[in-house]
Amino acid sequence: MSKIDRIFCAGFGGQGVMSMGQLLAYAAMLEEKEVTWCPSYGPEMRGGEANCSVTISDERIGSPLINNDATVGVFMNGAAYTKFKNKVEAGGKIFMNSDLIDDDNPRTDVTYYKIPVNSIATRLGKIQLANMVMLGAVNDQAHLVNQDMLLEAFKKVFGAAKEKYIPINKEALAEGAKAAQEMFRK
Amino acid sequence: MSVVFERSKGLADVKTHYCPGCSHGIVHRILAESLEEMGLLDEAICMSPVGCAVLALDYFEFDGIQAAHGRAPATATGVKRVHPDKTVITYQGDGDLASIGMCEIIHAAARGEKITTIFINNGIYGMTGGQMAPTTLPGMKATTAQLGRDVSLNGYPIRVAELISTLDGAKYVERVAVCSPAEVNKAKAAIKKALEVQKAGLGFSFVEVLCACPTNWGKTPVDALEFVKNEMIPYYPLGVKKDTTKEGQ
Amino acid sequence: MAKVLLKGNEAVVRAAIEAGCKYFFGYPITPQNEIPEYFSKELPKIGGAFVQGESEVASINMLYGAAAAGARAMTSSSSPGIALMQEGIGYISKAELPAVIVNMMRGGPGLGGIQPSQSDYHMCVKGGSNGDYHNIVLAPGNVQELVDMVQEAFDIADQYGMLVIVLADGLIGQMMEPVELRKPKERPIQPKTWALTGPNGGKPHRIYNLKLQAPDLEQDNIDLFKKYAVIEKNEARYEDYMMEDAEYAFASYGTASRVVRTAVDKLRAEGYKVGLVRPQTLWPFPYEAFQRKNVKKYLDVELNMGQMIDDVAIACGDKNMIEFFGHTGGVLITVDEVCEFAKKVMGGAK
Repeated sequence: MSKIDRIFCAGFGGQGVMSMGQLLAYAAMLEEKEVTWCPSYGPEMRGGEANCSVTISDERIGSPLINNDATVGVFMNGAAYTKFKNKVEAGGKIFMNSDLIDDDNPRTDVTYYKIPVNSIATRLGKIQLANMVMLGAVNDQAHLVNQDMLLEAFKKVFGAAKEKYIPINKEALAEGAKAAQEMFRK
Repeated sequence: MSVVFERSKGLADVKTHYCPGCSHGIVHRILAESLEEMGLLDEAICMSPVGCAVLALDYFEFDGIQAAHGRAPATATGVKRVHPDKTVITYQGDGDLASIGMCEIIHAAARGEKITTIFINNGIYGMTGGQMAPTTLPGMKATTAQLGRDVSLNGYPIRVAELISTLDGAKYVERVAVCSPAEVNKAKAAIKKALEVQKAGLGFSFVEVLCACPTNWGKTPVDALEFVKNEMIPYYPLGVKKDTTKEGQ
Repeated sequence: MAKVLLKGNEAVVRAAIEAGCKYFFGYPITPQNEIPEYFSKELPKIGGAFVQGESEVASINMLYGAAAAGARAMTSSSSPGIALMQEGIGYISKAELPAVIVNMMRGGPGLGGIQPSQSDYHMCVKGGSNGDYHNIVLAPGNVQELVDMVQEAFDIADQYGMLVIVLADGLIGQMMEPVELRKPKERPIQPKTWALTGPNGGKPHRIYNLKLQAPDLEQDNIDLFKKYAVIEKNEARYEDYMMEDAEYAFASYGTASRVVRTAVDKLRAEGYKVGLVRPQTLWPFPYEAFQRKNVKKYLDVELNMGQMIDDVAIACGDKNMIEFFGHTGGVLITVDEVCEFAKKVMGGAK
């Protein structure tokens, strides 16, 4: 079968979870891949939670829904992680915001990437960059799209008025990637 | 020999289905004459209601459509938004406008739709056979109020012109009657005024016409006109309820 | 045109405007609110009009007026709102006016829920208004098809003088996919000489809904059904997936069919001879799509309690050939559930 990535992103409203997924989807589209982006649905929509599912494929996408077959899980806070960590399939990758998530009893059948995205974003001067730091880490390790394409997507999604923020977002992506790589050097 | 009276060019040369003594014929004529005299026949589009006037589109020599029961103001809104330069009219009875269609008329008026509504108030459902209308007078008999309208059971009649006049989008509101030649002339003047308000693009205009329904009232045509004069007008006072064209003068 | 990533509901607006729709009348209801919101921003820019009706009842009657006035116009809503529109749907159908409705279905009955569902197959395909009538019902399976179908809906409506319903669900409305606006195929469309414009020196235009004489009304209906017969011949559409040697065929449309498509891939990988027949029009229904010699069973999968079963049964001529699986009330089906259901039906047959 052809390559297919199913990325499930979850966190708290305001953490940029939905736009993280949209940037990824947009970038994949710019690379002429098939892509779908689905917002949270079902009872899980409640309580200030935000989540979205992105599917990227070389071929026409059937189901855009992710049940327990995510290849990548991205979790920005503890509540989302606890609730949805089993959405990631065995052998998949889990990215967690280690500033807010701790797990004494982690899954043994997935690879964990613990990225202190809040700390890194704060160091860069803006906590709002946390999602971009995370996106940089995810994309670097899961090989979803070309990293530069995420910045192209940024321009398309946020428009010309936000272009002045491209350098800082580029830095955030790079810092995220670096943090993920360092994790394995240790 | 000189012609002293002829049918308006706005009226088709057909027999109507209206009963003897029914006021619809008079109101059709003065509406058609008003449009003709104002040079609007070629651009007029009228919503026929559900009720006795459902066939009005066959009697007028201008465009017409049969609207759903009470929905004429909504349908007129659709027509007018597409053709803002045309003259768009709704012609509605009291069951149509003040019962099932109260929501649509209130909101069309509130939006200030640039349409003109002619509201036929004869206090009864005509086409379905004399049932109680929202405008049936207290004590007045109807087939669904056989002992007469009992306000403790059926509630009170609605004075629609007054109600509409409270809305900012309504720019001209008048109540008239067609129970005598003098009142018919006043009614025609009111319709013309309402059409002028529409043509000036000021907003919603509304003319309530107190009418006779001898058949369902169980009265002779003459007695029915007396009933309008003696019973209806006291409950539904005639006159201009709102005229924003005079404001600021 | 380059592809853009669009939410289904926004894509509806882009497609409609591309098709020349200048008027929208609608009332807020979840999960389709982006449609009126986006229209309210865009239509004034192109000299059109957006009106937020006081109800769905008013909105559909505004659409009746705008269609009668000769414009390309539409409304959108979701299930309970479409229920309220049934009166006007009947009037538009009787008057044979071209108009478009988008229904982003949610769970029912009654107020129901707000999650994606296919609860309105019966209401929209079989007809929820009074009398003998049909509406053309298009069932998009993804956002690109939604865009294509909304554009085409206006042409189809004009070609036949029909109300066209684009029947999608809350998920297609809310999800994003890359889309491009493409030109639909050319259709023969007559000028709207019947439209309400005022007589303009000619004969008055009259649009009727009442026929008091029963034989006259009967004749109207007979004529209407002659037109419907042409549409049934010309417009029924479906898509096959892996049907060449399929012994078991899924019957599924819209969002449900996407989940089924992935299930077909999985089952095929395990050696099962399964395929998918996806109706793209629900009226006219593609009956010939379910008359396959090799197929042993049709597996009807919908997001409801099985509203399409009757049509599949009429098509294949044997209701015992149909097995059903679905979720209702806004619960979505999963690929695993569909596979499990299919395997149960197929037994060990590979």
